Amino acid sequence: MERTLQPGRLTRSLGWTVICFLVLPILVIFPVSVTDRRFLSMPQHGISFEHYANLFTSPEWLGSIGQSLVIGIVSAAIAVTAGTLCAIGCWRLSSRAGEIVRAVMLVPIVVPTIVYAIGIYRFWVDLRLLDTYTGVILVHSVTGIPYVVITVSTALAGFDARLEQAARSLGASVPQTLWRVLLPSILPGVVSGAIFAFIQSWDELVIVLFIASRAIFTLPRRIWDGINEHLDPTMAAVAAILILLSALLLVLDLAIRRRREG
Amino acid sequence: MTADRRTSWIMIAPALVLVAVLFFAPLARVLVISVTEPSFGLGNYAMLFTSASIQRTLLTTLRICVFTTAITLVLAYLVAYVLTHARPAAQRLMLLGVLLPLWMSVLVRAFAWVTLLRREGLFNKALEALGLIDHPLSLMWNETGVTIGMVHYMLPLGILPLWAAMRDIDGRVLAAARGLGAGPVRTFLRVFLPLSLPGVIGSGLLVFIFSLGFFITPAILGGGKTIMVAEYIDTQIQESLRWGVGTMIASTLIAAIFLLMFVLGRIVDLRTLFGAK
Repeated sequence: MERTLQPGRLTRSLGWTVICFLVLPILVIFPVSVTDRRFLSMPQHGISFEHYANLFTSPEWLGSIGQSLVIGIVSAAIAVTAGTLCAIGCWRLSSRAGEIVRAVMLVPIVVPTIVYAIGIYRFWVDLRLLDTYTGVILVHSVTGIPYVVITVSTALAGFDARLEQAARSLGASVPQTLWRVLLPSILPGVVSGAIFAFIQSWDELVIVLFIASRAIFTLPRRIWDGINEHLDPTMAAVAAILILLSALLLVLDLAIRRRREG
Repeated sequence: MTADRRTSWIMIAPALVLVAVLFFAPLARVLVISVTEPSFGLGNYAMLFTSASIQRTLLTTLRICVFTTAITLVLAYLVAYVLTHARPAAQRLMLLGVLLPLWMSVLVRAFAWVTLLRREGLFNKALEALGLIDHPLSLMWNETGVTIGMVHYMLPLGILPLWAAMRDIDGRVLAAARGLGAGPVRTFLRVFLPLSLPGVIGSGLLVFIFSLGFFITPAILGGGKTIMVAEYIDTQIQESLRWGVGTMIASTLIAAIFLLMFVLGRIVDLRTLFGAK
């Protein structure tokens, strides 16, 4: 295959141009975040870290980062527990019912967030969960479950079912088998799912715009307000840190995947 | 039910209950509100045919989604093609360039485009410095800006399924075509392209579906001037408090997306698309 339809020089450079279009606009944030001026621009006379200093001394930004971390970690934990159990359950059923459950679990990914946001808003009005940690964490857990089901199901596809049967026939109970035999071998998929679940909560804006207002003001919400109201270089500093964080999580995920394959 | 099956269902239960109660029930509620507020009936849906502002929004949305999908597909095909044929080292680097933006927060990416495209943005400044323009170009708060931002968001989502489809093409078929005397162009047009077509349709529909209900990037780069359907729903509910209209459009959007998913499911195996298989 490699040699039969080798793309020419022109095709290859066009392909790499598209990659540049994908990556360069993101990288441009870094020089802007160390600008020595008071507005979004390239550094003029030298670089300055004052915008990072602003960020780390601002109680608003730090408060939002803290809230987003708490919400992200707790909801990822719930999503991973429920999602992993669900994926294992579907896999053990290995029947049409299991397939259907798995398909149903994927629906939240294709439903536009705005549609779900208005539905859950009305629900939370009734249950008085608007603008509470519980409200946001529950919603982010539910929207994180599909990602965990996907990654764990993929990991399970590569697991030999006879190992589970062997453990059971040697006298291990169901919880023992899950914990000692199944879980260790699908762990990369579980960790990958946890990363995805955390990121979708950490980045989520649309639902939060509806179900939170003052008490809960997550990081995406503060960035959103910043973009709409005052575009200052502190925003670039925040963006730069977030880019590094995503890159770190991506590398972590790739490393986990490589170990799974290797 | 055997004990083993019961255990499996007990494991499935927590996630299923959470998703049913906290996802599907609120979603059903949206449908119900659309036919009960302000009064029972299909009155809200009649507005699809009578309201000029709704029709304008739907047309804008369709136009932007069609352009976004078309541009994304051409660029994604190019990248997937080069990716399929690249040497391992180049392939890894290229893949990193695809995955990196995919993992970035959509807000951060929209913010990056604001920095570049606004009137005092880096792009206009650079063009002015080079003496290419006298007045700054309007690159955002219009459909151009929205489309640029959306293509940037959708590209990785278009590239990955296309790449998966191209990897599955049997190289021996191509070699056979060449062996039988077809030139590279003919082999591409008559063999490779048709074989990659399911991937093209699958990834195109996927990009189109995600574009339809996209909120953040169009809202930021459209600046309230170019309004797509998700932002329209948002204003109806947050500002005008017209729940009936907002939920009606939301329900229509859901119906359109489920219909497209159904079509998509007929063409490709959805589980491979979502990586669940």
